[in-house]
Amino acid sequence: MSGFLMDAVIYLGAAVVCVPLAKRTGLGSVLGYLIAGIVIGPFLLGMVGHEAKDIMHFAEFGVVIMLFLVGLELEPTVFWRMRRQVVGLGLGQMIITASVLGGAFLLLGPTWQGGVAVGLAFAMSSTAIALQSLKEKGLMTTAAGQSSFAVLLFQDIAVIPILALLPLLAAQPAGSTDVDPLPGWQRTLLVFVAVGSTVVIGRYVVVPLLRLVARTRLRELFTASALLLVVGVAVIMESVGLSAALGTFLAGVVLANSEFKHELESDLEPFKGLLLGLFFMGVGASINFDLILSMPGRLLSLTLGTMLLKAAILFLIGRKARLGFDQNMIFSLGLGQVGEFAFVLLTFIAQVRLLDAQWIDILMAVTAMTMTLTPVFMVVLEKAILPRFGTAEQEERTADEITAHNRVIIAGFGHFGSTLGRLLRANGVEATILDNDSDQVDLLRKMGFKVYYGDATRFDLLTAAGAGEAEVLVCAIAPENSAMLVETVHKYFPQLKLMLRVRNRFDAYQAMDLGVLNIYRESLDTSVQMGVDVLKELGVRHYTAYRAGQEFIKYDKAALKDLAAKRHDLGEYITSVREQIEQQEKLLRKDLHHDPAHGDHAWNSEDLRDALGRDKR
Amino acid sequence: MPKVLVLFAHPRLEKSRSNRALLRHMPAHASLTTRDLYELYPDMNVDIAKEQALLLAHDIIVWHHPIYWYSAPPLLKQWIDLVLTFGWAYGPGGNALHGKVVMQAVTTGGAVEAYSANGFHGSTLQEFLLPFKRTSTLCGMTWLPPFVVHGSNSVSDGELEHSAMRYGALLVALAQGRVSPGMFTGLERANDVEFDTTVA
Repeated sequence: MSGFLMDAVIYLGAAVVCVPLAKRTGLGSVLGYLIAGIVIGPFLLGMVGHEAKDIMHFAEFGVVIMLFLVGLELEPTVFWRMRRQVVGLGLGQMIITASVLGGAFLLLGPTWQGGVAVGLAFAMSSTAIALQSLKEKGLMTTAAGQSSFAVLLFQDIAVIPILALLPLLAAQPAGSTDVDPLPGWQRTLLVFVAVGSTVVIGRYVVVPLLRLVARTRLRELFTASALLLVVGVAVIMESVGLSAALGTFLAGVVLANSEFKHELESDLEPFKGLLLGLFFMGVGASINFDLILSMPGRLLSLTLGTMLLKAAILFLIGRKARLGFDQNMIFSLGLGQVGEFAFVLLTFIAQVRLLDAQWIDILMAVTAMTMTLTPVFMVVLEKAILPRFGTAEQEERTADEITAHNRVIIAGFGHFGSTLGRLLRANGVEATILDNDSDQVDLLRKMGFKVYYGDATRFDLLTAAGAGEAEVLVCAIAPENSAMLVETVHKYFPQLKLMLRVRNRFDAYQAMDLGVLNIYRESLDTSVQMGVDVLKELGVRHYTAYRAGQEFIKYDKAALKDLAAKRHDLGEYITSVREQIEQQEKLLRKDLHHDPAHGDHAWNSEDLRDALGRDKR
Repeated sequence: MPKVLVLFAHPRLEKSRSNRALLRHMPAHASLTTRDLYELYPDMNVDIAKEQALLLAHDIIVWHHPIYWYSAPPLLKQWIDLVLTFGWAYGPGGNALHGKVVMQAVTTGGAVEAYSANGFHGSTLQEFLLPFKRTSTLCGMTWLPPFVVHGSNSVSDGELEHSAMRYGALLVALAQGRVSPGMFTGLERANDVEFDTTVA
């Protein structure tokens, strides 16, 4: 157990030291993790040994979660429109790259089977590195980001047939291949059943289930359900021979329309981040520097040659897809590495003895080096090449924008918030709505509102809802929680104009203490309005009663400010009940001195007549 | 039979002796509708569709209000701004009110002598009411000389009663068609129209 804890300390410690440094110096988190891995690896500090590879296998699950999250941001219709891009770009890249790299590899000596195997393995790019880098730089929605994603998705799908193909290439079938005895048509049927049930189950079972879980109001249970969902889909997909990444991606797409989108995102994001970080560190730690140093020229030329060929082919494909120079450079360099899947394929190739151990070691080292070099090249591209050679063109934003942020966020969509939301909507203002009552969310979604389920006081959920870009945040959540939301907003989103609903004057005092400027007491306007109607019932002219009401609201707001200032002068501890009674007394006493008609001579001809009459007398 | 619509606007009727008197003597008649605007729209949010429908259903419109600062109280101006819409009351296709008649019934603090070229205000009341006359004309309506209660602060109760009864009788006569717009020609005030007040 202490061994596990020690490992945890080493990995976490290395990450905490290296990643912020790398981010601060503009290298990006991916490179930070890789460097952290190299530092703690066998070559430098030797704090972790060969278990780094096992950790990598475990941490690859981060990619699966990542694809789920990518899917969550893609509405099904958007994904369906992407299908041509996936097949067009992806298939082209696979075939050309595999042929060219395989051919080049043949020149180096091994058998043609080895050439085919290595070509296929090296045609893969790293989903983890490419997507993480693109996301970190905010490039996912650009043309380069979309094209990269299409290629990566196709590669993830292609993994399965490649795994099935490799044993056929083997000179002597290995004892334990995973090829199962099902005939082809049954397998195909199974695939359709698996995909179909992902869609159906996602829509009709998972969402109601999540609602049920949400109703328990146990946040950790929701996190557990989110993890279970992803792991479960991965297991099911793998058991029918589909890639886990594809399966979870599909599940993500299915749930992209659900009200739990933001909540799932914010719950899974930390796991994805940690696992990917672990994975990158594993890659860094597994670089075999002894081997590299024993034949540096050969390894370096293999590494750079591979990357050059891959990038060149990608650039041509990008040209065909009409990417601009800047976008195409990001696209081709970003995908220019050999991906993590090559580790799996190389291990498999070794198992079926398509290549000898010496070659496998070299290729493993090349793979790790291409992955490490990619973020370096990206930094060089971003800092040195694009500013000089780039056309500085506007990012081509596709019509399929995923992130459309509203100018208003309404936190809490109960009776109060929903009335407000309807008013805004009736006037053409769409608001992003956050609510943590799943029944309410369900109902409102049926009415056509875009409501997201989640605890609005959470920083990550606010971020996902676009608090960084919005202008106004309406806080209509339970008063017990609003203080937390106020603090979060003041701290992280100071540009947001916060408008706070409070129940009564005592909540208002607290909000004033927190420095909230726009406070709305729900007890004020309604009770005044009712009072006005009572006056009307008693025969008071409607307009006179209306003015009296307006005047009273003004007076009461002033009294609130006045008493709030005096509240702290008491200087002694008083219980809240006593305080409330005292406040009410003061208020009533103040009211006695307040003459609503004082100074109001408007339209009062009797006053005029009296004054004139007195003059006459 | 012409239908008469009285649009009454006073922000503080409870403090107005003269207008209370005028309303008290308002006769009940099938062809006479009275709408108390400040009672209906205390928040100034005039129901445009409803007001327009009422206009269409009547032939003679009476703007009944006190004179404040040589004009009407704000709600009546609000009513004019909101209800007399472009393309409906005026402008291209705006002929919904063509042929209708407008009469004002007003109370003033100043005495009748004050409203003359040599008087305190330096102009006649009709001159001060020019914006309302123009508004009516622009909408294709005939504007009649106003019914006036002058000196509302100094007039005696008896005089006030008399004016109020004459106002009520005039409204009924208009609704019955016994008084027609042509009978106002050349008059300074509607108070001076000659008709038989004894007929009920």
